[in-house]
Amino acid sequence: MLEVHGVSKTFDGFTAVDRVDFSIARGEIAAVIGPNGAGKSTFFNLITGHLRPDVGRILLKERDITGAPPHRICLMGMGRSFQRTNIFPKLTVFENVQAAFITHRRRGANFWGLSDRLYRAETDALLAALGLDDKANALSGALSHGNQKQVELGIALACDPEILLLDEPTAGMSAAETRETIRLLERIAAERSLTLLFTEHDMEVVFSIAQKIAVLHQGRLIAEGKPEAVQQNADVRRVYLGERH
Amino acid sequence: MRRIPWTLVVFAALLVVPFIGSRFYTFVATDIVIVSLFAMSLNLLLGYTGLVSFGHAAYFGIGAYTCALLMKSANVPFLPSLLAAGLMAGSFALLFGFFCVRLTRIYFAMLTLAFAQIVWAICFKWNDVTGGEQGLPNVPYPGMEWMGSAPVLGNFRVGDHFYLTALVIVALCFAGLRRIVDSPFGRVLTVLRDNPERAQFIGVNVRAYQLAAFVVAGFFAGISGGLFGIFNRGVFPDFAFWTKSAEPLIMTILGGMGSFWGPAVGAAAFIVLNQQITSYTEYWPLTMGTVLIVLLFVFPGGIAGTLTGIVARMRARPSPGATTVPVSERGMVKPNA
Repeated sequence: MLEVHGVSKTFDGFTAVDRVDFSIARGEIAAVIGPNGAGKSTFFNLITGHLRPDVGRILLKERDITGAPPHRICLMGMGRSFQRTNIFPKLTVFENVQAAFITHRRRGANFWGLSDRLYRAETDALLAALGLDDKANALSGALSHGNQKQVELGIALACDPEILLLDEPTAGMSAAETRETIRLLERIAAERSLTLLFTEHDMEVVFSIAQKIAVLHQGRLIAEGKPEAVQQNADVRRVYLGERH
Repeated sequence: MRRIPWTLVVFAALLVVPFIGSRFYTFVATDIVIVSLFAMSLNLLLGYTGLVSFGHAAYFGIGAYTCALLMKSANVPFLPSLLAAGLMAGSFALLFGFFCVRLTRIYFAMLTLAFAQIVWAICFKWNDVTGGEQGLPNVPYPGMEWMGSAPVLGNFRVGDHFYLTALVIVALCFAGLRRIVDSPFGRVLTVLRDNPERAQFIGVNVRAYQLAAFVVAGFFAGISGGLFGIFNRGVFPDFAFWTKSAEPLIMTILGGMGSFWGPAVGAAAFIVLNQQITSYTEYWPLTMGTVLIVLLFVFPGGIAGTLTGIVARMRARPSPGATTVPVSERGMVKPNA
């Protein structure tokens, strides 16, 4: 589904991502973990086209997307959510999700239709699946943090992605909200046979749903594999899990 | 409560203005109608797309010169000239906008200003075509003879005829703008305003859409400029000067960029205040400045935003317990939200 070959990114002499090789198969759920500053967000931004790698190649569905602009990568079937909640705060919840339907299905260049009538059923169905149907007409910027994260997930899902990148999907959520979100993600991933790649600091979340884990440390990939194998890996225990145990 | 079709009420009221029979009222009304199109075209950028242009007068000026030159020097009829004014302004918006959308925020604003000053300088210096500093005086009125022989309208002056012509054209432009902001394209513009970074990742080519909005805004500014040149009986380099770019900005803030009609309300308030205050004191800019400061702090939604807020609150009162967010205008900036 997604292949990353020898990708590096340097900022003013600081190597944020260092020759990383990584791949994820269709339908797989994988997590990228690592201490703060390990390069997880940079790694995501390289994949989604927000940053251009200095060297290396990135393939999405066997097509080279290295250096392609974000909107094109998105239209090729990649969705993402951001670490800091990233929605359209002055639009209603409904309009947030509907806008993503409109743009992703390339109806945005229509100057003359009425946007209100487009994708009503799709938007309502998605909001219902996310449990946001009662808040459809609320201003999204006025919602709780947890709800805003759900709106953002809705925006990402409206783009009908085949692969979804989630940067800290449960950051700032209460334990209950976290459990709910994870259950939701698992259900949606199964229903839509989504490929899921996420970063997360909550190890309980990571080990509860990830089928594969990649560990970044100081920009380098130090381990990759099944959760049990990664948990047993000596390097990982030393640099990362060791901090906690 | 049945909704009152305010748009039609206002349009009907404006149609009645020539019946008052006052040359002055018709003059002021013509000014308001034409300039409100200028302000509304800017608000497509300011209120809907989140782009601050300090150089919108460039397209107003280009439209004014195009229409005036075609009508005066080439004897082209009015409607094709006016359409050409819009298209010419839109074409220059495409050219200048191509560079402007590559920059963001203040850099974008400064580049729009720079292009507008170039346009002004060309109008000022290119004597053979633009008449230079002297401008192009004596722009002819469009041929409106059919109105002279029509019943009722036949008794009106030529200024009244032009007023009615301009009113209908501007109303059509407003209908077009309304349609555009309600379209899927309009929704994408509000998405850009709210969060351009996120917009990229729902598949929006941000620069392309910003450029499209810039061109549409330029087109309508050009139409407004073309009408204004005729109304003013002449076209001058000042039409493209940076102070001219400030006017629609002030009007939009005065009326409220948070609602569709805000800029038109602001244009009316601006022109009426200007007329009234200059008849009492020569310190019109000082007074206007004070009004703006008060408005920005006390009524950040502008006149229209404040009024719609009051109406929304009055409507909400009969049904306590309803926890709806007051929505001043669908898809628009909610002041103080």
